[in-house]
Amino acid sequence: MSTESVQFHHDADRLTHDLRHRALIQKALGGYYVKRDEQKAKYTDWQQARASAAAAKYEAVNHLDKYLVELSDKLAARGTKVFWAADGPEAADYIASVARDAGVKRIIKSKTMTGEEIHLGQALEKAGLEVVESDLGEFIVQLRGEPPYHIVFPSMHLTRGEIDETFQKKLGSPHADTPEELTMIARNVMRQKYCEADMGISGANFAVAETGHISITENEGNARLSTSLPRVLVSIVGIEKVVPKLDDLAVLLPMLATAGAGQNMTCYNTLLGGPRQPGETDGPTEFHVVLLDNRRTSLLADPEQRDALHCIRCGACLNVCPIFKNIGGHSYGTTYQGPIGSVITPHLRGLQSWKHLSFSSSLCGACHEACPVKIDLHHHLLQNRRNAIAEKPVWWEKPIFAGFAWFMCRPALYRFAAPLLRLGAPFLHAIRGKFFDPARVWTGTRDLPPAPPQSFKEYWRHRNAKR
Amino acid sequence: MKITLFIPCFIDQYYPGAGIGMVRILEKLGHTVDYPESQTCCGQPAFNSGYWDEARSVAETMLDAFRDAEVVVGVSGSCGAMLKVFYPELFHGKPREAEAKALAAKTHEFSSFLVNVLGVGDIGASFPAKATFHDGCHGLRELGIKREPRELLKHVRGLELVEMKEAETCCGFGGTFSVKFPEISTAMGEVKCASILETGAELVISNDSSCLMQIQGLFDRQGQKIKSMHLAEVLAHF
Ligand code: SF4
Repeated sequence: MSTESVQFHHDADRLTHDLRHRALIQKALGGYYVKRDEQKAKYTDWQQARASAAAAKYEAVNHLDKYLVELSDKLAARGTKVFWAADGPEAADYIASVARDAGVKRIIKSKTMTGEEIHLGQALEKAGLEVVESDLGEFIVQLRGEPPYHIVFPSMHLTRGEIDETFQKKLGSPHADTPEELTMIARNVMRQKYCEADMGISGANFAVAETGHISITENEGNARLSTSLPRVLVSIVGIEKVVPKLDDLAVLLPMLATAGAGQNMTCYNTLLGGPRQPGETDGPTEFHVVLLDNRRTSLLADPEQRDALHCIRCGACLNVCPIFKNIGGHSYGTTYQGPIGSVITPHLRGLQSWKHLSFSSSLCGACHEACPVKIDLHHHLLQNRRNAIAEKPVWWEKPIFAGFAWFMCRPALYRFAAPLLRLGAPFLHAIRGKFFDPARVWTGTRDLPPAPPQSFKEYWRHRNAKR
Repeated sequence: MKITLFIPCFIDQYYPGAGIGMVRILEKLGHTVDYPESQTCCGQPAFNSGYWDEARSVAETMLDAFRDAEVVVGVSGSCGAMLKVFYPELFHGKPREAEAKALAAKTHEFSSFLVNVLGVGDIGASFPAKATFHDGCHGLRELGIKREPRELLKHVRGLELVEMKEAETCCGFGGTFSVKFPEISTAMGEVKCASILETGAELVISNDSSCLMQIQGLFDRQGQKIKSMHLAEVLAHF
């Protein structure tokens, strides 16, 4: 077992016993389901909308060579500097060098999971820069020194009381009762930071090739401030974020809002086209776009799972995943939690280290059903399992499945031996729970069904004998 | 019509009642039932664990068993999905691909076969109980079965069907998942069981015995009185 896998088992098992956590997440998501369904009902045909959204992403992902160049050219034409980063360190080094060259000391950052993926905040802090998260949820987990719990709702695992405690401890703020009071505390801290920051960092929800725009969608207005007040702006964009046309946003933005947060449209939708142009009075004077690969191209090279690059990071698959709901976001130990994380992390960070996530699924398919861009998530989990085993079978499993196949390929033997195995089952009661009980992993928490006196095959033979 | 039954291994050994129910119903409707005794397992445990070569060799036993069948009707949504959805994938680019596709095309899950192929709604069953229905994930999402079992249960005399809040939420069984990750599987099952209890039903029905093994196993351990039955067993009460 990889160390990642050992850690996962440990954390996931702990959380499954935490009933307070289970109730908290169920309650948080209960409200989401209601709002999501209300919004979905407004679509004439949600399935058709899914198909259109998937088609737009399919076109982009299958012609990345064309659209990325188009995007880059269009951005450059208005004075934006485009940097192609092969991996995290390259991206972080570039951004640090931009900061150095521009004499930047303080950075205000809006939400970016791509930044999270390459631990951008930590890398910049190491380079001596102050980095403050401006998204409220991200700000809270940053204060607590935790990674985001959920790709869309980073602090959904925290109660109001816990947030209050964090603010009191870390910001020295007075006790606050209501969400409004808590928001005001964060806002007061942040307003100051916006004014002081010389660099803003954002992510991107989409990047439009046709017009050379970075599209950002958010509910707090913090991304808009982070990208317009500081004099230097950097947007970090995974290469899969590109879409061919501005029109594609007409379907993708509302679907992201509906699937992600049960909203009609997200409150603030911003298109960033470049730095301040001659004659303009505001906006950053420098704009850098970092296009990040970080092994996305290896996913692209896999025709079976390429559609995982369609992902618009809406989080819908997490919200419906019964595994996620029981083990929580932190147990995954990944940047991307839930089904999409289980699918792509093995591609991004190594199959053998992360294959356990693909095995940790009942393959119920709720994720695929929820996904607005129709990623075949649960089937990809099966493919990851197959690839992992083909590469390196588990030493003790291999003989078991070889034996299983040998047995099941011999119908005559099965007919003779299966009843013996079944009728031997009551014997298990005598050793239940003991170390050598083969059913221990089942009977630890569940009873076994009683063995019936006759199998179907026996019934069938008796029936035919009577005729 | 001559109907060939697909009774996967664990139904054969542990839940023969579901298979027997199916025989009685199909014969009552005037069909001839056939059961090739050379069928064993669909290969799903190996398939889901990543051992596709082993799964394929088991699956070939099934291709042989059902070669001459006109129409195959399976009692388990999960194993039915294995034949219908995953065999074509498992044999993709392999010598017996065409056979796998042919088997997929002629295979049906029991409730969808009754309603969509035979056009039957009322079997003439009566079963006085307050019950709730659990949608097995493979039947629901791989095969798209949701309306059919309810259509059949609607006509059962004396049966009051109450929907639970989490009817479409996975019970946490997931085959080998249930023993590889017993803690997560159990937590998922507990959520399911709580949702069933909330309905006040005394019986939980499903078209998948594997889910019922998980649900009943948990209820028994919790000391709950709730019973579970396969859809075919309920419908065979006439
Ligand atoms: S995989 Fe689909 S559902 Fe999950 S986050 Fe991505 S787009 Fe949303």
